[in-house]
Amino acid sequence: MKVAVIGAGPAGTRAVETLLAHGISPVWLEESADGGGRIYQRPPAPLARDHRTLYGFEAKRAAALHSAFDAARSRADWRPQTLVWHIRPSTRQLHTVSQGQQAVVDYHAAILCTGAMDRVIPIPGWTHPGVTSLGAAQIALKSQGCAIGQRPVFLGSGPLLWLVAYQYAKAGAPPAAVLDTTPFATKLAATPGLLRGGATFAKGLFYITWLRAHGIPIAEGVSPIAIDGAEDGVTALRWRDAAGREHRTECDALGLGWGLRPEAQLADLAGIPFRFDAVQHNWIPERDLAGRTPVAHHYLAGDGAGIGGAEMAELAGRRAALAVLQNARTPIDTAAAAALDRKLAAGQKFRVALERAFPFPAKLAASLPDDTILCRCEGLRAADIRATAMVDYHAGVAPELNRAKAFSRAGMGRCQGRLCGAATAEVLAAALGQPVEAIGRLRGQPPVKPIPIAAA
Amino acid sequence: MKLHRLRDAARPAIALQLDGQGIVAQQGDTLLTALLAGGAGHLRRSDFGDESRAGFCLMGACQDCWVTVEGLGRVRACATPAGPGMVVHRG
Ligand SMILES: Cc1cc2nc3c(=O)[nH]c(=O)nc-3n(C[C@H](O)[C@H](O)[C@H](O)COP(=O)(O)OP(=O)(O)OC[C@H]3O[C@@H](n4cnc5c(N)ncnc54)[C@H](O)[C@@H]3O)c2cc1C
Ligand code: FES
Repeated sequence: MKVAVIGAGPAGTRAVETLLAHGISPVWLEESADGGGRIYQRPPAPLARDHRTLYGFEAKRAAALHSAFDAARSRADWRPQTLVWHIRPSTRQLHTVSQGQQAVVDYHAAILCTGAMDRVIPIPGWTHPGVTSLGAAQIALKSQGCAIGQRPVFLGSGPLLWLVAYQYAKAGAPPAAVLDTTPFATKLAATPGLLRGGATFAKGLFYITWLRAHGIPIAEGVSPIAIDGAEDGVTALRWRDAAGREHRTECDALGLGWGLRPEAQLADLAGIPFRFDAVQHNWIPERDLAGRTPVAHHYLAGDGAGIGGAEMAELAGRRAALAVLQNARTPIDTAAAAALDRKLAAGQKFRVALERAFPFPAKLAASLPDDTILCRCEGLRAADIRATAMVDYHAGVAPELNRAKAFSRAGMGRCQGRLCGAATAEVLAAALGQPVEAIGRLRGQPPVKPIPIAAA
Repeated sequence: MKLHRLRDAARPAIALQLDGQGIVAQQGDTLLTALLAGGAGHLRRSDFGDESRAGFCLMGACQDCWVTVEGLGRVRACATPAGPGMVVHRG
């Protein structure tokens, strides 16, 4: 049986390890040069790889994952720097490109472990150099030893906001402010459910307490107004506090993000149906706890199948590999599979509490000023999206995001709506007076990322 | 945008060129780090308008860090290792 695993983050690494333990050596495809995925990304060789400095509380898990990865890499058909840009479920083929070279990979079963990326709301001025996603701010620090600025502001909501602010302060670039759009009361209300998360919850509290104790300005329940900047950088963020007072915080960089969204373009191309998850406020591909999908021979694991975090991704990767083996009638330890199922189910409950504590601020996205650039690829503004909504309204046509895309080019840029998709949907839904799930989602298209012209 | 080196800042130096100007970077830098820590300020201009851009995601997703490297063509600066002697043009 030929199994293909896409992605070498926590989910992909544990999936491959499990397959190898059962005598199957999969083809393992990863766009990056190294394994580890987003959270345990390793810096390139000349930079130090001290786990404690790079991964903090996660140092032990990072070390364990890296050693699992290093052991698995040599025994699998490991193909780094290889982008899977298309998948054909009917013929069970993957299309890949590696350093300009195209290839087709056949498979009997595929496990997609494609992970996630930052979920972003385009604040006016977000295209200035010096504005990055929260994840990018962390990547700069972890894998390049650099800060995005000496006095950055971090804005958004979710666990990453506090973690990145803490990491920057520790590394010698104390944030000028940490601004959370979620009101304190919302987080407080979610506390009982969060307590289930034990260590995860405690870590979150630790970061916030530490930042306060070190005099980092913190505000909750804020509304961003605009980012001021010029040709080569940002100068300030203007924002409103919970009481409605306006502030201007000077800064030389800004990291923003509101949780994560699954990188699910390949799942879409594989024909896996999606559903709107109201708690995560994301469209997520359908799968059961074990990662089986309605499309036979296609499995999902990790954040690409709905945000669950790194620990859950490891469990899900293992479980999906066992599901592949079960389907091929390879004997497995069924008690171990059942134990994984229990842990995955418990993890989902904690996740619900976490999402409630840091809900996506749909209103903020829906009410972006008309001249805000939504799509940074094509320079489309909120007004352009609202105008397409009016066309549909007058024509009496059912509102739909892909129609808006055809009219306005929203989501047709090089990033395929990865950055603007979440906010565009809110703007369009609000303009049409529809719930956001009613207007559908942007479809993935091959190639999932632009491939070099020379290779096309 | 100026990237500030906080850790591992004493690696062997490499020299690049951006639009005819010399940039000193370090081994292990991505092209994006090399340029933005070296004072480039921005990497390209928007295809639709005149705005300057310097990448956003650093993980190969936003496609807003494209630069041209002689001999390699258009690449994402965040996903390309900087090499000694690279001749780079914005956009
Ligand atoms: C920027 C960022 C920073 C984060 N930081 C933290 C943190 O500090 N702490 C924390 O707890 N969580 C963090 N998270 C969340 C955490 O990374 C995830 O929960 C966890 O990594 C999920 O593991 P995964 O295996 O599902 O996906 P990932 O770790 O994201 O791995 C997916 C892998 O698949 C590869 N891939 C995707 N598509 C393709 C394709 N088409 N072809 C080839 N390869 C492909 C990617 O290159 C990637 O290596 C972060 C997330 C992001 C996006
Ligand atoms: S910064 Fe987003 S692709 Fe390079």
